[in-house]
Amino acid sequence: MSKRRVVITGLGTINPLGNSVSESWEKLINGISGIDNITSFDTGDLPVTFAGEVKNFDANEYMGKQHARKLDRSGHLSIYAAEQALLDAGLNPEERMGSNCGIVFGTGIGGIGATEDAVRVYDERGASRINPLAITQLMPNSSTGQVAIKFGIEGPSLTITTACAASANAVGEAKNMIENGIVDIVVAGGTESGTTPMTIGAFAQIRALSTKNDTPAEACSPFDKNRDGFVMAEGSTVLILESEESAKSRDAKIYGYVVGYGSTTDAHHITAPAEGGEGAVRAMDKALKDASLSVDDVDYINAHGTSTPANDKNETSAIKTLFGSKAYEVDISSTKSMTGHLLGGAGAFESMVCILSLQNGVIPPTINLNNKDEECDLNYTPNNAVNKDMNIAMSNSFGFGGHNGVLVFSKT
Amino acid sequence: METNEVFDKVKGLFVEDLGIDESKVTMEAKLEEDLEIDSLGIVEVVMAFEDEFDIEIDDEELADVSTVGEAVKLLHSKI
Repeated sequence: MSKRRVVITGLGTINPLGNSVSESWEKLINGISGIDNITSFDTGDLPVTFAGEVKNFDANEYMGKQHARKLDRSGHLSIYAAEQALLDAGLNPEERMGSNCGIVFGTGIGGIGATEDAVRVYDERGASRINPLAITQLMPNSSTGQVAIKFGIEGPSLTITTACAASANAVGEAKNMIENGIVDIVVAGGTESGTTPMTIGAFAQIRALSTKNDTPAEACSPFDKNRDGFVMAEGSTVLILESEESAKSRDAKIYGYVVGYGSTTDAHHITAPAEGGEGAVRAMDKALKDASLSVDDVDYINAHGTSTPANDKNETSAIKTLFGSKAYEVDISSTKSMTGHLLGGAGAFESMVCILSLQNGVIPPTINLNNKDEECDLNYTPNNAVNKDMNIAMSNSFGFGGHNGVLVFSKT
Repeated sequence: METNEVFDKVKGLFVEDLGIDESKVTMEAKLEEDLEIDSLGIVEVVMAFEDEFDIEIDDEELADVSTVGEAVKLLHSKI
């Protein structure tokens, strides 16, 4: 039996670039950074004082204080992005989605802000004053459950916590659900809000973050010789995945197709990528095979491209290993140069970027790429967007733990 | 403290701290049905009462409390 084709019918996002798909896309193709000094808390003695924060979003105003109090910020962002995506797909967020709709959400660290707050209160005021909502805010599946409750999603649900690959895996597992006929619609996405004091401090301790505090918007410089780490960012992106027949039967707009998914594990080191990006090579290969495509078909790769010395070098090696001489021809870019690293929300956001790139025929640039690194010598679309008629895009996501999730999208 | 003063303080907590619509907070309002305070929320409410009135409330004492008025009565008896 042939697999059912999976289409994307709706997009929603809230991230450091903007609080809508159109605003985000506009910034992406114009090479505008969403990174700035941290404003949501006093950075005290943190060695990093900037991040990609969501701006102009008041959860109390959006959902009412009584509801907003029950969720961590990662949950607020999830509901906001999911509502946008449902509306964009022509579905009514006021109606229950029912049992023919599933949800797969990715997050790296769940309600980490709620965790930090609850520990602070415990230390200061003791056990009897711990927020009774702490558990339901901090559990990694909180957003999955809250989005399901809000929109009445009664089909299967999964929460994926493969660190920075989480929402790439979420989109991939959602694709599988639809291909296999389990449900017709899946709300697939990711969320993260780890722009919090302890979390930034802890990532800084392992030297994962850029410390270019004086130039926040230029700090994230994937593939540049002077790159010095990633930039923490927060946000949520949601895609509505649907069987092609379901979308056509209700005359829904079709952005494009999810055609390939590859998931592998390095089984090497908890943070460092395997030498030469071996696990990444296998994930890209599996995704292409799943799509019945070859490297020659790929028009654009949205790289993981975190701006850490190790990732960008190994991802480059991995692309060369799989693509051979074609590696030097394929257009690549890292949109993390503008958003920062959305961690568990990155895969969903970058899936959206791939779909919009295919649809609009524009490749967003890698900004802040000015100094050539001999170990990163591919075409990363430096600093300016490129117009190109394309049909196939690939999105790479790799996470701490050695998790690799690769997706392939098609315009037709 | 008079009953109406206790009610005013309770109303203030519900509106300011919990984000409940002011017009819904009456003596007759049912905590769960009318104010949408669920089983998790009730723990928050108790914590807020304890802090505001500097008292301790045992779980058993809550058995007969289902409306704002009953909460006010309980608090009034403990202050």
